[in-house]
Amino acid sequence: MQKLTNRSKVVSQKDMSFLEKAYVPAILSGMGITLKHFFKKKSTVAYPEQERSFSPVYRGRHVLKRDDKGAERCTACGLCAVACPAEAITMTAAERQKGEESLYREEKYAAVYEINMLRCIFCGLCEEACPKEAIFLTPNITPAYYDRQDFVYGKDMLVEGIAPEDRVDVSKRQFWRDNLESTQKNP
Amino acid sequence: MLKVTIDGIETQVEPGTTILQAARKIATEQPEHSHLVPPAMCYYSPLEGSGGKCRTCIVKVTQGSERDPRPMPKPVASCQTQVMDGMVVENTTNPDLLAARKGVVELLLINHPLDCPVCDQAGECHLQDLAFAHGASETRYEEERRTFERIDIGPYIQLHMTRCILCYRCVYTANQFTDERVHGVLFRGDRAEIGTYIEKAIKNDFSGNVIDVCPVGALTDKTFRFRSRVWFTRPFDAHRKCDKCCGKTVLWMAGDDVLRVTARKDVFDEVEEFICNECRFDHKVKEDWTIEGPRSIHRHSVISANKYKAKAKTVV
Ligand code: SF4
Ligand code: SF4
Ligand code: SF4
Ligand code: FES
Repeated sequence: MQKLTNRSKVVSQKDMSFLEKAYVPAILSGMGITLKHFFKKKSTVAYPEQERSFSPVYRGRHVLKRDDKGAERCTACGLCAVACPAEAITMTAAERQKGEESLYREEKYAAVYEINMLRCIFCGLCEEACPKEAIFLTPNITPAYYDRQDFVYGKDMLVEGIAPEDRVDVSKRQFWRDNLESTQKNP
Repeated sequence: MLKVTIDGIETQVEPGTTILQAARKIATEQPEHSHLVPPAMCYYSPLEGSGGKCRTCIVKVTQGSERDPRPMPKPVASCQTQVMDGMVVENTTNPDLLAARKGVVELLLINHPLDCPVCDQAGECHLQDLAFAHGASETRYEEERRTFERIDIGPYIQLHMTRCILCYRCVYTANQFTDERVHGVLFRGDRAEIGTYIEKAIKNDFSGNVIDVCPVGALTDKTFRFRSRVWFTRPFDAHRKCDKCCGKTVLWMAGDDVLRVTARKDVFDEVEEFICNECRFDHKVKEDWTIEGPRSIHRHSVISANKYKAKAKTVV
């Protein structure tokens, strides 16, 4: 019969020899392989006591930045949501009232801003789309939860604190982005 | 019939047709050539006397007519220049003209606050589209921009004078479609501004149409202010029985809520039929309308983002 492909193999079903039937040498050689790994360098770390260093441009959970005076930068323009390929972001805008100038930078702000961390693929397109430098991805990891609803992060989880120690440092990502632009301009 | 060639495409038009209308005729008949239509920020075909203000529609006439083939010395406003027999016009094929248009866009933007992230018009703004297609990505303007407080024109209309490009469309609309105009352009030159008679409310059944004709975010719907961005809302064609106007509108919905009602616009973004204030502002419930179906949106528009035509499959 003509073969359909030249990659087919003829398998033989010959009887096993006495040594093969005894199984003991095969078991011993298998254990030997296992034993060898005890003396090899481990490729895992004991998280959470020990942490691996992240790349400076690692994209983890988001932060909504405040400006130097502590006012929220986000103006609910919706560009992050329309750029998001996973459709993870939703928001509701509201108008800034008189006296709230120190809370919100622009005359419109996001009253509700939610990111569904289960949908998010951490691509960073929201950060790229933002015209107000409001949203950044940080090297922090989204923890695990038992409840799906817990993964929907509202403004309480996303907006950074006003106090200097509560600010989230995004200078590394900003630096990387600025340099990316300059490398694109003069390659 | 007169023969006119625009960017190498020939067409026949009636005497008295302007170059812009001839270009639109080509685009209507052969949609694959629609890119040759010059942008128009002030000309609005339903409004008599509109056009000739903004100069974004400039084109280069390289041959005046069959009988006098000399080129016109300067770019001409295509919305105001009538076609002559044998005229040859260059728009997108002329690099000098595109550079000149870039200058016009820069001029239109010198006093503009560039506040698109806050502006409700963003996503359907002609100035945004124009600047994206023809403008420079950086501003060279260092002087102080003129600023204004925002003004309420009645309970429904909000005027952001900072964004106005003084196209006069709203003034013509108020003149031609309402019986008592109380707003107009005050002062001259770079001081010119849209003013109402001491912020007098425009109380007229058709005053809301100035929102639709305004090419920028200067006149916006106060009832829609900051409610949503246009690309998050879903447009539906709808109609109702109305004894004041045609009752044919577009509903901009989010879920079951009607966030905004506007008139229907054609491919050149001009209102097909003006609607009354009752339809626009007083019937923001789904039950008042007969919904015809989703409005078709050009796929290059941001409004089409995250909207899908195919039916979603139910998952278990
Ligand atoms: S990182 Fe990407 S997927 Fe996640 S919210 Fe931003 S745009 Fe969406
Ligand atoms: S985070 Fe940035 S892009 Fe997103 S709504 Fe706020 S200002 Fe706009
Ligand atoms: S308010 Fe709008 S329609 Fe009126 S002149 Fe200014 S830009 Fe034109
Ligand atoms: S559209 Fe012709 S000058 Fe404005």
